[in-house]
Amino acid sequence: MPTDTLPNPEKNPARSTGELIRLEQVTKRFGDHTVLDHLDFSVDAGKHVTLIGPSGSGKTTILRLLMTLLKPDEGTITVDGEQLFPAPDKQVREVRKKIGMVFQQFNLFPNMTVLRNITEAPVTVLGMSKDAAEERARELLELVGLTDHLDKHPAQLSGGQQQRVAIARALAMRPQVLLLDEVTSALDPELVAGVLDVLRDIARSTDITMLCVTHEMNFARDISDQVLMFDSGRVIESGPPEKIFSEPEHDRTREFLSAVL
Amino acid sequence: MNWDWSAVSDFMPDFWKGLLVTLQILVIGSLVSFVLGLVWALLMRLPTRWVTWPVGAVTEFVRNTPLLVQLFFLYYVLPEWGLTFSALATGVFAIGLHYSTYTMQVYRAGIEAVPVGQWEAATALNLPLRRTWTAVILPQAVRRVVPALGNYVIAMLKDTPMLMAISVLEMLGHARLFSQEHFQFTEPLTVIGVAFIVISYLASLLLRALERRLAH
Repeated sequence: MPTDTLPNPEKNPARSTGELIRLEQVTKRFGDHTVLDHLDFSVDAGKHVTLIGPSGSGKTTILRLLMTLLKPDEGTITVDGEQLFPAPDKQVREVRKKIGMVFQQFNLFPNMTVLRNITEAPVTVLGMSKDAAEERARELLELVGLTDHLDKHPAQLSGGQQQRVAIARALAMRPQVLLLDEVTSALDPELVAGVLDVLRDIARSTDITMLCVTHEMNFARDISDQVLMFDSGRVIESGPPEKIFSEPEHDRTREFLSAVL
Repeated sequence: MNWDWSAVSDFMPDFWKGLLVTLQILVIGSLVSFVLGLVWALLMRLPTRWVTWPVGAVTEFVRNTPLLVQLFFLYYVLPEWGLTFSALATGVFAIGLHYSTYTMQVYRAGIEAVPVGQWEAATALNLPLRRTWTAVILPQAVRRVVPALGNYVIAMLKDTPMLMAISVLEMLGHARLFSQEHFQFTEPLTVIGVAFIVISYLASLLLRALERRLAH
């Protein structure tokens, strides 16, 4: 696997260690409904954190706030020491470069080939040359096992293949943080394993920080350094996966786990 | 009623002149309506009322007043303001402007039909707004609206004879002149009727080919 194409601490001495993401007193409401209620939450660089909890508990909202797809009503969000919210647009665009996201519905650009999907942003945003971007795209497609498909359009691929392209597309921007929003929920069951294997690979072989919302508890157990249990917009329990999955302290966690496992 | 083939052949030289003018109106008028309609649709998405209100008011006005009135207005009033164009240029602009107020709604629907996930992916990749429009949103929106735009091309074709009112001699204008001079109405009117059908048919074939080319 071409690990040198991925973020790597030895090759990237500027990469920060310690705390990478911090949410302080973040509140998000939709109408009368408060999804996140003065949430404090931080993630250290290189950690793999999984957010679990019943639907509507605010897990996905956190990812969307970090990707700036939503704005908090109150609070501050800091990434790698720089404020993402509140911040002027120019700063948001700079800080956002550190973050990549993979969506439940893949959201590949259907009007572009697989290769263009991956090279578009590196060329137009990072100013990479077309050749360099394509070379990197090929390496990433090898990583996700799709080298034969680079000239196809997304509609010609299965859901699992599309999602693996979406992972490659996100990694092409060399983000420090990868947000994974229920990335296997829209897939046919037989396609889930392929996508999770790719993510396990990436988790193992890179120092990328991962924030993952998933219902795949085995996957969460495998890759996570830390699991956060959400309920009604608050973290009600957190800890290493062995602890959360084997001996949860909170009743709500026990109920949730017995329902999904 | 007698059909006289010699009247048909007598009419043909005039017919070709008229056909050329009709096609000019149709092709340039369509292009004007495609471009202006897109401009209106994009302006209407700006967050400031200082733009959306006037654009909305003007396009609403143009859409809800008759093309014929607009033709007369542009033809007789613009010269009073010192702006003089040929009848053909005025007519093409008028019909293009009129139809742009329809195409803008087609574009709007096409743009709104692009899934929100496409915008989110563009944000997640940090694509600049302009690039998001040109590389992601518009290619998908335009592909969706080609059939609807095609319908307006056909509708516009059927409105081209209105330019007769400002003395543009397109197919119907020539047919009418010929009829009045030769007292033969059936042949020239039939010829241009057939021509209208043939042009619509060819235009729809062209648009279907375009649709296929844009498919992905």
